[in-house]
Amino acid sequence: MTTLLTVENVTKRFGGLSALEAVSLTVNAGEVYGLIGPNGAGKTTLFNCMTGLYTVSAGVIRLDGVPIHNRKPHQIVGRGFARTFQNIRLFANMTALENVMVGRHARTRTGVLGAVLHSRRCLAEERDSRQRAKSLMAFVGLKDRSRSLAGHLSYGDQRRLEIARALATEPRLLALDEPVAGMNPNERREMSELFRKLRDAGITLLLIEHDVKLVMGVCDRVAVLDYGKKIAEGVPDEVRRNPAVIEAYLGGAVS
Amino acid sequence: MRSVPDWLRRHPGLAFGLLAVLLAVLPFIVSIGLGRGWVRVLDFALLYAILALGLNIVVGYAGLLDLGYIAFYALGAYLFAWLSSPQFGLHLPFWLVLPSGALLAGGFGVLLGAPTLRLRGDYLAIVTLGFGEIVRIFMNNLDAPVNITNGPQGINLIDPISIGGFSLGARHTILGVHVFPPTFYYYLFLFFTLFTILVAMRLQDSRIGRAWAAIREDEVAAAAMGIDTRNIKLLAFAMGASFGGLAGGLFAAFQGFISPESFNLMESVMILCMIVLGGMGNIPGVILGAVLLTVLPEALRYLGAWQRAALGHVVVDPNDLRMLLFGLAMVAMMLYRPAGLLPSRQRRREFRAEDGAAEQEAASLYDAKA
Repeated sequence: MTTLLTVENVTKRFGGLSALEAVSLTVNAGEVYGLIGPNGAGKTTLFNCMTGLYTVSAGVIRLDGVPIHNRKPHQIVGRGFARTFQNIRLFANMTALENVMVGRHARTRTGVLGAVLHSRRCLAEERDSRQRAKSLMAFVGLKDRSRSLAGHLSYGDQRRLEIARALATEPRLLALDEPVAGMNPNERREMSELFRKLRDAGITLLLIEHDVKLVMGVCDRVAVLDYGKKIAEGVPDEVRRNPAVIEAYLGGAVS
Repeated sequence: MRSVPDWLRRHPGLAFGLLAVLLAVLPFIVSIGLGRGWVRVLDFALLYAILALGLNIVVGYAGLLDLGYIAFYALGAYLFAWLSSPQFGLHLPFWLVLPSGALLAGGFGVLLGAPTLRLRGDYLAIVTLGFGEIVRIFMNNLDAPVNITNGPQGINLIDPISIGGFSLGARHTILGVHVFPPTFYYYLFLFFTLFTILVAMRLQDSRIGRAWAAIREDEVAAAAMGIDTRNIKLLAFAMGASFGGLAGGLFAAFQGFISPESFNLMESVMILCMIVLGGMGNIPGVILGAVLLTVLPEALRYLGAWQRAALGHVVVDPNDLRMLLFGLAMVAMMLYRPAGLLPSRQRRREFRAEDGAAEQEAASLYDAKA
């Protein structure tokens, strides 16, 4: 199994507060990797460091051996690492299809001149973007919603649309920040189906999740963060029995 | 647009044909119906349409509030004046000078954009406002030690545009009809307006237009979707500014005279008003706004004559009344049609926030129930 993403001793400080302290982990190509931990443990901070929204205070993050920390978000997307957001960040006033087509930006090249003159490449790219966007919408189960405004979709559909939009950037690694938060059990089941489909399509998944049952069912390996430190890593069953994890989630033992 | 009759909608070719014929004969209708002076107003309406469409790229598409847009108009105008007037004894042809003006303005657009990239909303507005004033003040004071702009006196005797020996700035007799310069410039401005519309339309429908819209909606998400927000914002500044520069060059040639006075803050505000009034982000709306805000103030000049006719004497100075009515109209607009006269698809939705909120609430209730 080849390593796709390595995080080495990443520290992120906000003023005097350490949100992440020397966190290290590795994600292998083709696996579903879960990142769990109590609220405020630093999961989203780590995501933001990995995807270029934050600069790291110390440490190294590599994608396929190439350092990506402190790169611009669009450069990281260009290398094949896309993400979604915990509090959905769609372009609410654009249609669902347009949202997904924005995701094609990193994989298209048409410039001003091409766009104005309708160069052959421009037209081909535009056709291709539209087609891919449509098939991605079908892939996540939003086949008939292309013309709806993103902001008018139901909550669950917005989550799906965000995934379709991220997929449009052709990622090898897709980071999903609490993708089933606020969903009912039915929707959760459908989402874990989608995660499996994504893995089968050859995309490595990095998942922040609270729902332990879902994590245990879907993830190949799990890391647990608490107060900005990694306290456990391994296959789900092993992690679930780890005393440090139990303590982090349930508080210290009484006796 | 619901106001378009059905028979026109069924025959878009016919509609275009009618529009083309109307635009072609408009200066003649106007000069016969309203007087020759109104052809000039028509020219300015087209000039402002170019400006408004340019600013619309920055404000409407990319969502970057620019209050100093007139500076680019000034740069284009001054470059034209420098390169084809007795000021430096240069008389370069317009097909060289106009694009240079657009290029210069575009360059300054990037120059203004670069340090303001981190700014949004109010802060960006203040910095751009300052930029507009700086350019005007420079033009006002660059007459010593070396006389570059001729200061407040401005530059005079700017060459009119002449195409293959045919000067647009002189009267010609065509088929026995006297045709005056404003009519010739009308066709030239019409050409450049159509060019601007084409560029704006195609950009809006391209990956670049979508990137602008994405930045306007959510800059962080746009970056996370692979958009180089820095370059795309700079591109918006540059594109908008180039059209400002182009319009400036046309203005200089048309007027034959420019001075810093023509490029004050009020002009920037007016162009912004055109966009807001017409419908931000929507090309027909922006053009409508430009035409209305150019023609209306001119029409209101007749208020004095009307007062004299109705009351026997002038009660309120037409100039004051004009601005008053103008202000009232703007206030009424913002109250009753906040998204503009012809809003874009997107704006209409934004201003109908209640609908979205209701739907969202319904969706969350559904989630809670399940």
